[in-house]
Amino acid sequence: MTASLLTLADSRLPAGGHTHSGGVEQAIAAGLVRDPASLAAFLLRRLVTSGAVAAGLAAAACRGRNLPVLDAEADARTPSPALRAASRQQGRGLVRVGRRAWPSPLWDALPAAPHHPVALGVAAAAGGLTPRDAAAAAAYLSVSGPATAAQRLLAMDPLTVAAVTARLAPEIDAVAEDCLSRADGELSADTDPLLDLLAEVHATRGDRFFAS
Amino acid sequence: MPPDHNLDDYVDAYEHGHRHGGPLRVGLGGPVGSGKTALAAALCRTLGAEYDLAVVTNDIYTTEDADFLRRNAVLPDDRIEAVQTGCCPHTAIRDDITANLDAVELLEARHPGLELVLVESGGDNLTASFSYGLVDVQVFVVDVAGGDKVPRKGGPGVTASDLLVVNKTDLAPLVGADLDVMRRDSAVVRGDKPTLLISLREDPAATEVAEWVRAQVRARQLQQA
Ligand SMILES: Nc1nc2c(ncn2[C@@H]2O[C@H](COP(=O)(O)OP(=O)(O)O)[C@@H](O)[C@H]2O)c(=O)[nH]1
Ligand SMILES: [Mg+2]
Repeated sequence: MTASLLTLADSRLPAGGHTHSGGVEQAIAAGLVRDPASLAAFLLRRLVTSGAVAAGLAAAACRGRNLPVLDAEADARTPSPALRAASRQQGRGLVRVGRRAWPSPLWDALPAAPHHPVALGVAAAAGGLTPRDAAAAAAYLSVSGPATAAQRLLAMDPLTVAAVTARLAPEIDAVAEDCLSRADGELSADTDPLLDLLAEVHATRGDRFFAS
Repeated sequence: MPPDHNLDDYVDAYEHGHRHGGPLRVGLGGPVGSGKTALAAALCRTLGAEYDLAVVTNDIYTTEDADFLRRNAVLPDDRIEAVQTGCCPHTAIRDDITANLDAVELLEARHPGLELVLVESGGDNLTASFSYGLVDVQVFVVDVAGGDKVPRKGGPGVTASDLLVVNKTDLAPLVGADLDVMRRDSAVVRGDKPTLLISLREDPAATEVAEWVRAQVRARQLQQA
């Protein structure tokens, strides 16, 4: 582990993550997230589905796999057009800051507005990190952003939300380990239809605070 | 710092921050209801024929201000972009400007001849300010109805903005605000930086603010030439 990982996973890295709720805004509207327990359940579910997919893609991108192919793999695992757009928007934001923070020729192999996990893998490689680090960052970011969004929208106790996120650490590590133990080239496809549906309903709303 | 650490390594981290070419980006900040959208609309009406221009809005519910600009037929739809700020209007213009940069870059790509982009912030408090990574100059709009002590209270918007606009002077007699006090206090906290006391109700063309914006556009064009 190097300090680059801390920068990469820091919610203050100006990559646009704070304008995305990872489905939490709509989950709250649907009554699925109401309190710390339901938030923890939502985050865990998100972690082992879209978080695991993102971790696999980020590790593979960091390992130097073909980036346009990985980007297409991400598309194939993201049936919701709204989620694809959200992922590409965040990928674009990460590339913007990542190119400045960790200059490297690796960035040039990325397609324009890549999926976020693919950009994350490249950022990790450019920052001298390992595929394991890339996977951990992706898994962590799959819950940290949504947790903050819930804290803001429900005016939850920030200490409680921090505790919920911190206690997911073993599960986050397990997700990162799991994608490394898979056979080379095998990416998780455990996407969650609930997140797809939430994103599609959310995208039609005129009264939303978050981009996704 | 290690002895062999070369500070030149950092130079490229900031030199890419300076944009070459492209439109002048003007931030319009200030508290809720002070007249930011009214000012944006006025500037579009007054400057729309002179400059190729576009607007980015940062409303809480994303489209209220954008809809106002459209309804008032000030600008065609494809020149207005609304940004979602994730409940944090201030973060979106200062700490993580990604969503706003995306919106500005989208407008620039759609209208390659763009000369002026107005970025209206979501209403915030007196501590709000734009990052200069997002805008070239910023206007802070307060209003007379907020009380004549606002300039004295200061805050980065009041003290450090490139132009302070005190709007709604027409309301001064109704709310018992002393415009001379506001003018004097602004001069004290702002030094040489300009302040304009205006009423968009009485001057819907925002004549003086438009003149200031013209001077900024000219300055940028000279600097780029
Ligand atoms: N009396 C008066 N009302 C104004 C003036 N300028 C704007 N308003 C009104 O103030 C309200 C808030 O203006 P708006 O532009 O939406 O404020 P924003 O929240 O800063 O964008 C609207 O009802 C405007 O019509 C002015 O100069 N005088
Ligand atoms: Mg407004």
